[in-house]
Amino acid sequence: MARAAVSGGLNRRLTWHAARLAEVVEETPSARTLVFDVPDWPGHLPGQHVDVRLTAEDGYSTQRSYSIATPADGTRVALTVQRVDDGEVSPYLTETLVPGDVIELRGPVGGWFVWRAADPAPVLLIAGGSGIVPLMAMIRARREAGSRALFRLIYSVRTPEDRFYADELRTRARDDMGLDVGYVYTRQAPEGWPAAPRRLSVADVNNGGWPPDFQPSCFVCGPTAFVETVADILVALGHDPRRVKTERFGPTGS
Amino acid sequence: MDLFSDDYTDGNTLAGPLRELFTVDMTGAVGRCVHCGGEGPVAGMKVYAQAPGLVARCPSCQEVLMRLVRGPSDAWLDLRGTMSLRIPMPPE
Ligand SMILES: Cc1cc2nc3c(=O)[nH]c(=O)nc-3n(C[C@H](O)[C@H](O)[C@H](O)COP(=O)(O)OP(=O)(O)OC[C@H]3O[C@@H](n4cnc5c(N)ncnc54)[C@H](O)[C@@H]3O)c2cc1C
Ligand SMILES: [Zn+2]
Repeated sequence: MARAAVSGGLNRRLTWHAARLAEVVEETPSARTLVFDVPDWPGHLPGQHVDVRLTAEDGYSTQRSYSIATPADGTRVALTVQRVDDGEVSPYLTETLVPGDVIELRGPVGGWFVWRAADPAPVLLIAGGSGIVPLMAMIRARREAGSRALFRLIYSVRTPEDRFYADELRTRARDDMGLDVGYVYTRQAPEGWPAAPRRLSVADVNNGGWPPDFQPSCFVCGPTAFVETVADILVALGHDPRRVKTERFGPTGS
Repeated sequence: MDLFSDDYTDGNTLAGPLRELFTVDMTGAVGRCVHCGGEGPVAGMKVYAQAPGLVARCPSCQEVLMRLVRGPSDAWLDLRGTMSLRIPMPPE
């Protein structure tokens, strides 16, 4: 019954798919991109995520959500996972899983925290740590779709070596017309950086974002406490709360 | 449960579990809170996963809006704190 529906149709029942790890890209010393091959993948929109399910031999199973890092690309589904040292799932995904291994995944899911390439409104992306992942899918999709929507990214990271996609973002900031990329370092800044390490502030959002009058679509993603702070800043600066979309990844561990 | 910790996510986490039950995405559905009358998308609800199942609370007044428990042969969806849900639907 489920399989009889047109691929990607709205009535496709959400089921678990076998996903085979095809490729691994090291992003930082503690994060990597896992590219899975998922037969029958129906495609997805930038900002959507998947649920990953791991099942132990004794039948115990657990699941977590991971954002999709790239625009739709056939049967390929790329996730970037940050290792949380005392975590249950992320150490397995970042250290144990090797190409050829199979896990279970369902999706794509989420239709609200999504950017649509047909939307001409300016976009403000604010990422904390691994919250960059769904926002990167939007940046990549923008170029792929030939969108002229103006994009600004403010990316808050602990140290320069914690940046995901650093080389690609540097190239895109140069070549993707209408994309600005700015960083805030919270623990250690690169040599010669004009500011001391500090939390993202009102001034960063005010200077690195768009004025509320431009009515930008704002996407904020990262650890829960980060997202709460940034959403409050945006609303205090006069952004319409309905244009501020948020996705909270959970507590910041240790 | 400490309501002031950051040990929660949001309604985006409900996308998969609710998509198991509904044929359309529910994260963009706009819910109205029974307790304070506040309105907002399901994606904006505060979601606690430590309880049995998933508990979604109102971001304005912190009261429980919905609970979802998935067992091996049933899903139990308790909507007592939600007065209504306005669900975006694609054209027929
Ligand atoms: C919609 C959604 C999308 C997500 N997308 C991504 C993604 O693209 N990439 C990614 O790396 N993660 C993402 N996450 C977070 C991911 O789902 C897990 O929470 C994370 O990998 C930790 O899981 P774990 O099993 O390793 O840790 P757990 O065993 O769940 O937790 C172990 C310890 O770490 C703390 N902790 C829990 N979650 C986090 C966290 N996110 N960061 C730091 N500490 C944490 C806990 O408080 C606990 O002390 C997303 C979460 C959501 C809700
Ligand atoms: Zn309320």
